[in-house]
Amino acid sequence: MTQKNFATAINEALHEAMQQDPSVICYGLGVTDPKAVFSTTSNLEQRFGSERVFDMPTSENAMTGVAIGAALNGIKSVMTHQRIDFFLLAMDQLVNGAAKWHYMFGGQNSIPITIRLIIGRGWGQGPTHSQNLQAWFSHIPGLKVVMPTTPDDAKGLLLSSIFDPNPVVFLEHRWLHNTVGDVPDGDFRIDIGKARKARTGTDITIVSMSYMTIEALHAAEYLETQGVSCEIIDLRTIKPLDWEIVMASVTKTGQLLVLDSGFTTGSVAGEIVARVAMEKFNILKSAPARLAMPDVPEPTSFALTKGFYVRAADVVVKVMEMIGRDAGQGRQEFPESTTHDVPGDWFTGPF
Amino acid sequence: MVYPINTMTMENSLNLFRQMYRIRAVEEEIAHRYPQGRMRCPVHLSIGQESIPAVFAETISKRDFAVSTHRGHAHYLAKGGNLNAMIAEIYGKATGCSKGKGGSMHLIDLNVNFMGTSAIVGNSIPVGVGLALSAQLKGTDQISCVFLGDGAIEEGVFYESVNFSAVRKLPVLFICENNLYSVYSPLSVRQPQGRSIAKMVEAMGVEIATGSGSDVLASQQLMQQAVNKVRAGSGPYFLEFSTYRWREHCGHSFDNDIGYRTQEEFLEWQAKDPLLQLEISLSKETSTVSQQLDALKVVVNQEIQAAFEFAETSGFPLQSEAYQDVYATQGLS
Repeated sequence: MTQKNFATAINEALHEAMQQDPSVICYGLGVTDPKAVFSTTSNLEQRFGSERVFDMPTSENAMTGVAIGAALNGIKSVMTHQRIDFFLLAMDQLVNGAAKWHYMFGGQNSIPITIRLIIGRGWGQGPTHSQNLQAWFSHIPGLKVVMPTTPDDAKGLLLSSIFDPNPVVFLEHRWLHNTVGDVPDGDFRIDIGKARKARTGTDITIVSMSYMTIEALHAAEYLETQGVSCEIIDLRTIKPLDWEIVMASVTKTGQLLVLDSGFTTGSVAGEIVARVAMEKFNILKSAPARLAMPDVPEPTSFALTKGFYVRAADVVVKVMEMIGRDAGQGRQEFPESTTHDVPGDWFTGPF
Repeated sequence: MVYPINTMTMENSLNLFRQMYRIRAVEEEIAHRYPQGRMRCPVHLSIGQESIPAVFAETISKRDFAVSTHRGHAHYLAKGGNLNAMIAEIYGKATGCSKGKGGSMHLIDLNVNFMGTSAIVGNSIPVGVGLALSAQLKGTDQISCVFLGDGAIEEGVFYESVNFSAVRKLPVLFICENNLYSVYSPLSVRQPQGRSIAKMVEAMGVEIATGSGSDVLASQQLMQQAVNKVRAGSGPYFLEFSTYRWREHCGHSFDNDIGYRTQEEFLEWQAKDPLLQLEISLSKETSTVSQQLDALKVVVNQEIQAAFEFAETSGFPLQSEAYQDVYATQGLS
């Protein structure tokens, strides 16, 4: 077990999968270029050859269909797109093809495709480089949707995704690539469909995903000093969602706040709030709540993204409101960074 | 057109006749029974377009891959797809090739590497290209055949797929059946007049040939030449054949009266019917050949009646099966 960052963990998973199984191939715009998709695809071509690791034409839709066709003959493709937004051109092949192939042909084929999509934020990424569309993908029967937060989950879930016999949309938040954690060496897998209890608590359940879990952890740490005990469920998989752990936690705390990196309306958070309200209404101490992005495109200007994102401060204020307490100095404890549009000093652009 | 039939080509000509006749007769039987309301899904018949599937059947190997479109019955049958399973699928029965999950527009027979058809125009094109990539990666001599119509030429995914095939020199044979209409929209409102589809594809770095679907023997030569080249590793190849769908876009009727095309145009194409031409040519040979044709028709008709009997008497899938096979639980390929 050694300390590695998220991007390295992704790279290790790809090396492990390709070394283990010669039917795994890896392609996408830039996977063999000098930047190697934020270092996540480093040395793959050198090690496994240009037959199995290759750059591709700027043809997101056809190249998704190519993965389907290859899958029908036993090839496991890992596609990579530097932004989720670019992949929207491929929705036909994903939704009409990959997601339904197994079902609509009577269960005779499997479509083992992993589609890595990177979500941007800040540094002027703007309306079309920053979308969090996990709700879209999870709406489609036949798709699995994975959204890890920690480096070890990134590695374990990517390996599970590659060897899953179904199409998996693997969502990587750009602001997590440089986060560091313990990552086991070798073949290490985390089951798809299992959430992780990121923090144990008794007063309120906070369900979150991806980068929002980082904000939740900061908020929970502060709330602990105020005598409020938060339980944090990091979903890790958006679909199929681990309802068991969510319901068990809400049953214990009687309170639910869901954080979502996507737009508010039609969000995964909305689905969780609805289902908990429907099934656990009688044990809820207050109305379940969500904090998600406003229903507006993400603007580009440094000035316009000020105060735009859901941060730990918002979580603190919301939790206090839900349990009927004054937030006090809660918001002031988390002043917005003067460089609010980057995840840390390491990020100096361009994307 | 009357074909000069000699003994060298007699067996081949009879095979082509049998393929075309069988496809026509299956489609006619679907049309005949469709009003009974027991085939409860859209059907896109290709009566009039049988020549290309027939020459495909006589040229391609079982191990090669093929994918097709919403108008895919003929391609499925030409590749050797199981007739009973196709008719049962159109009837929505458990014995259907997709267990009733797909219907007429989602046909598959893995025993003959017929890998699927799609109800979305252009959707199966890159899938065929991916199959070609898999053959290249595995170093087999299989080729992948992609059936498409003139409408699919207008989809972006077509250009993306042709381009990638050319870049990687993939063993893909694109077979475009140009029947002049996308539903009711004529080519004239969809593509510039005078521009050749095949020439445009040639400009993308792909070898091409064009032919008339009304001339079945010439079409067969083009198909054979293309298959040989692709199998030899020369990269993708694009074939464009002119052809004409006799019946309505979707359904069992004729629709020359609704105003999008003329009865004259229809009759002009019908007069060039490749099946009838070949039958006339063969009948002119000897009375033995005429008898052979008659005997062949009887056998095919019996097979078709048996297939409909099979479909009609097969059971429906259980309601609970609607909720199964959303996800695969193991790798299947």
